[in-house]
Amino acid sequence: MSKRVLLGLLLACGLTAPALAQEPKTGGAINVVIQPEPPGLMMAMVQNGPVQMVAGNIFEGLLRYSPKLEPQPELAESWSVSEDAKTYTFKLRKGVTWHDGKPFTAADVLFSVEMLKQTHARARNNLAQVDKVEAPDDTTVVFTLKQPFGPFLGIFEVGSMPMVPKHLYEGTDWKTNPYNNAPVGTGPFMFKEWQKGSFIRLVKNPNYYEKGKPYLDDIYWQIIPDAAARSVAYETGKVDVLPGGSVENFDVPRLSKLKDTCVTGAGWEFFSPLAWLWLNNRQGPLADKRVRQAIMYAIDREFAKDVIWNGLGKVATGPSASTIKYYTDDVPKYPYDPAKAKALLKEAGYKGEKIRLLPLAYGETWQRWGEAVKQNLQDVGMNIETIATDVAGGNQKIGDWDYDIAFTYLYQYGDPALGVGRNYVSSAIAKGQVFNNVEGYSNPEIDKLFADGAVATPDSKRKEIYEKAQKILVEDVPVAWMLELQFPTIMRCKVKNLITTGIGVNDGFKDAWLDK
Amino acid sequence: MLSFIAQRVLKGVIVLLAIVVLNFFLIRLAPGDPAVVMAGEAGASDQIFVQQLRQKFGLDKPLPEQLFVYVKGVVTLDLGFSFRQQAPVSKLILERLPATLLLTLTAFAISLMLGILFGTFAARFAGTWLDTAITIFALIFYAMPLFWVALMGILLFSVAVDWLPSFGYETVGANFTGLAHVVDVARHLIMPAMTLGLFFMATYTRMTRASMLEVKRLDFVKTARAKGLSDAVIQRRHVLRNALLPVVTLAGVHSGTLIGGAVITETVFAWPGIGRLMYDALLQRDYNLLLGVFVICSAMVLTFNLITDLVYRLVDPRIEFTA
Repeated sequence: MSKRVLLGLLLACGLTAPALAQEPKTGGAINVVIQPEPPGLMMAMVQNGPVQMVAGNIFEGLLRYSPKLEPQPELAESWSVSEDAKTYTFKLRKGVTWHDGKPFTAADVLFSVEMLKQTHARARNNLAQVDKVEAPDDTTVVFTLKQPFGPFLGIFEVGSMPMVPKHLYEGTDWKTNPYNNAPVGTGPFMFKEWQKGSFIRLVKNPNYYEKGKPYLDDIYWQIIPDAAARSVAYETGKVDVLPGGSVENFDVPRLSKLKDTCVTGAGWEFFSPLAWLWLNNRQGPLADKRVRQAIMYAIDREFAKDVIWNGLGKVATGPSASTIKYYTDDVPKYPYDPAKAKALLKEAGYKGEKIRLLPLAYGETWQRWGEAVKQNLQDVGMNIETIATDVAGGNQKIGDWDYDIAFTYLYQYGDPALGVGRNYVSSAIAKGQVFNNVEGYSNPEIDKLFADGAVATPDSKRKEIYEKAQKILVEDVPVAWMLELQFPTIMRCKVKNLITTGIGVNDGFKDAWLDK
Repeated sequence: MLSFIAQRVLKGVIVLLAIVVLNFFLIRLAPGDPAVVMAGEAGASDQIFVQQLRQKFGLDKPLPEQLFVYVKGVVTLDLGFSFRQQAPVSKLILERLPATLLLTLTAFAISLMLGILFGTFAARFAGTWLDTAITIFALIFYAMPLFWVALMGILLFSVAVDWLPSFGYETVGANFTGLAHVVDVARHLIMPAMTLGLFFMATYTRMTRASMLEVKRLDFVKTARAKGLSDAVIQRRHVLRNALLPVVTLAGVHSGTLIGGAVITETVFAWPGIGRLMYDALLQRDYNLLLGVFVICSAMVLTFNLITDLVYRLVDPRIEFTA
C-alpha cells in the first residue's frame, strides 16, 4: 500500500471519526488483543504497557489528557493553582465508589501517593518536588511543592498515578495482597476473570459515576503470543481491535485493506515514543562529536520510515518529539548525506575500528531496521559488527555501557522535564541502569538548562530554555535520533470512540461503543 | 520389583536435586537481571527502584544463601514466589498444567498410533509405492519446521476454509458447558495436537519401519513361518512386538519432554500451556518461575524413564529388574 493510501485510510477512518458523531449505543462485547500477557493488573505494583492497557479500565487517575495534552477531569472534577505556582488544589468528584461499594475519598489519594512513592519509580520521580500532600476534607486534596514545577499537572494520568483503595491495602503486605490478582478500582470496568495464557475479562461497572457510561458490557482481552497468529485472529473476525504495536508493521497495510476496517494513529500523543540509537560517548571513535554527526548523515531515516515502518511515523529532528511541549525544529539538520558522513569520518581520523551495534529484540521490524542501519553505516566505511541478544541481555549490556551503538525507543510523557531530560543530564548517569543517560553525555550547560526548565515560570520562559537545550543537543549528537514512532491501532469500523484522549487505548474504554 | 522402584525413586530424588543446583547456577549465568527487566518495563530505572526490586527477588543476598533458601523450599515442595507475576510458582504451573497435558498427551497418542501404524505398513510393503509414499509423508513432517506447519495449518483450515479456530483453548465469551464445551475444546485442540503429533509421528514411523525390517530377518521369524503361522500373526505377535523395544525407548525419551517441549506449538496457537510460561519466564529472567518449570520437567523425565523401564518388561518378559 502506498503512503498516500495509508494516509488516506488514517484520515478517512481515524481522524474523521469525531466529526461523524453519532448517538452512542449501549451493550455488546469487544475482543481486543493484548500482547504480551500482563504480569499482573495492580497498576501501583507493576508498570508496563500491557498492564496499563487492561488495568487502565479498572483504575483511574485524578486527570486524563486530551490529544493536545490539556488536562481533563477524571477523579478530580476541578483544580486550581496558586499564584506562586507552588500549591495545587484538587476538588474530587462526589459520589465515586470503589468496585466493592466503598466511597472514594481524599484519604485514598493521600494513601496512593505514599504507596506509589515506594512502588512506582516514575511516580516517585514525578513527586520529588512535592513537599506535602494534605486533605482538608473528604473531597479536597492539596499538593504543596518545594518549588514551582512546570509539568506538575501532567503527572496525574492513570498510568503515572493510579488511585489505590486505601481500605484494601493499608496495613497489608502489598506484594502478596490478594487484591493484586482481583483488582478493585473506581474505573468504568470491573475485573471479572483471568484465564492465564488465554484471556482476561472485564465487565461493565453498573455504578460508574458518569451516568450512562460505559457503553460496552464486556471487554475480552485475548492473549495471542505470535504476531502472525494475531493478524489471523483479526482477519478471521475473532478479535475486533489490534492496539498499536500488536502486529508486525508489514502486516498493517494488508490488514488496513480488509472490509470494515478502520485505522488510526491517534492516542500516542502523551507517550510520544521516540526511537534513537544510543551512542556510547565514552570510548572509541564515538567519543568524537564528528563521528556521531557522521552517523546522523549516514543513516537514511526517510528510507527507514517509508520502507521498514511502512510510511508510518515521522523523521525525528532532535531529542523532543514534535507532539510534546516546547518542541522546536529550529535546530541543525542532518539529511541523508553519505558523502558528508565520509568526509566527517575522515576528518575525525576514523580508521575502520570495529563498532558494535545492538539491535532491539522486539520482533522482525526492529531486526530489519538493525540490518538497514548496519548497511548505511558500512556504506560510509564504518566497520559494524551486529551483536544479537534478547531484551534482557541487551539491557544488561546497555546498562553496563558495554556497547557502541544500540537501538532503543522511549516514551516522553508530554513534557521535557518528565521524559526527555533524563536521557541527557549528567546526574542521570548511573551504571547498571537502562533508560537514563546511558550514552555518558555530560554537558554542564545542558544540566543547567534542564534544571532551570523544570522549575521556570512562566511558560514562555520554559519554552525559551528548552528550545535552547534542543539546539545544543542536536549540535552535539549525544544519541542519534531516528523516528517519532507511530503505532497504528487497527479495528472494526463498528467500534466507535475507542480513542478519545492523548493516552489512547491505555486510558480505558469508557467512551467506546459498538455500532451494531 | 518394589525394591527396584524404591531404589529408582531414591536415585531420582538425588538426580533431581543435582538438576536444581545446576540449573540454579546456569540460569544466573545468562546475562540480564530481572530487576532491570522490570524497571525497564516500568519506564524508569532509578537506583532505589532497582535496589528495591533486588530485595524483593532476594537477589541482594549472597548466591549460596539464595541457593540454600531455594533448595530448602523445593524439599518442602515450595517452588517459591514469582514476583513478576505476583503469585506462587506452583500455582502458576498448576494453572497451565492441564492444558499442556491435554495437548501433549493427545499429540503423543496421535504420533505413537500413526507412527506405529505407518511404520508397520511401510515395513510390510517395503520397497513398494506404499512404502515410498509413507516415507515421503513422514519425512515432510519431520523436515518442516513446526511453526511453518502450524502457520500453514492456520492458513488452510482457519483462513481459507474456516473449519477450525486458529488460536486459543476455547471460544472466549461463548460460555459453553457440558458436551458443547468438550466439543469446543476438541475443535481448538485438533490443529495444535496434529501439528505436534505429525512431527513426532515421523520419527516413530521411521523407527518402527527400520526395526521391523531388522527383526523380520531374524531366525525366529523364519521358524514361525516354517511352523505355518499366518503372515498377520507373524507380523503382529512376533515381528511387531520385538520391533517395538526401540520405539518404546524413544517414546520414553519424548514423553519426558511432554511438559516443556511444546513451546512453539503453544505460542503459534496461543495454547495456554507451560511451554509458553517457561518461554516468557526465560525472556523476563523470572528465575523462580523458570526453575520451577525445570523442576517439574525434570521430575517428569525421571518418572517417565521409570515407566519406560517398567513397560520394557511388559514388552519383553526376558528383561529383569536390577536397580
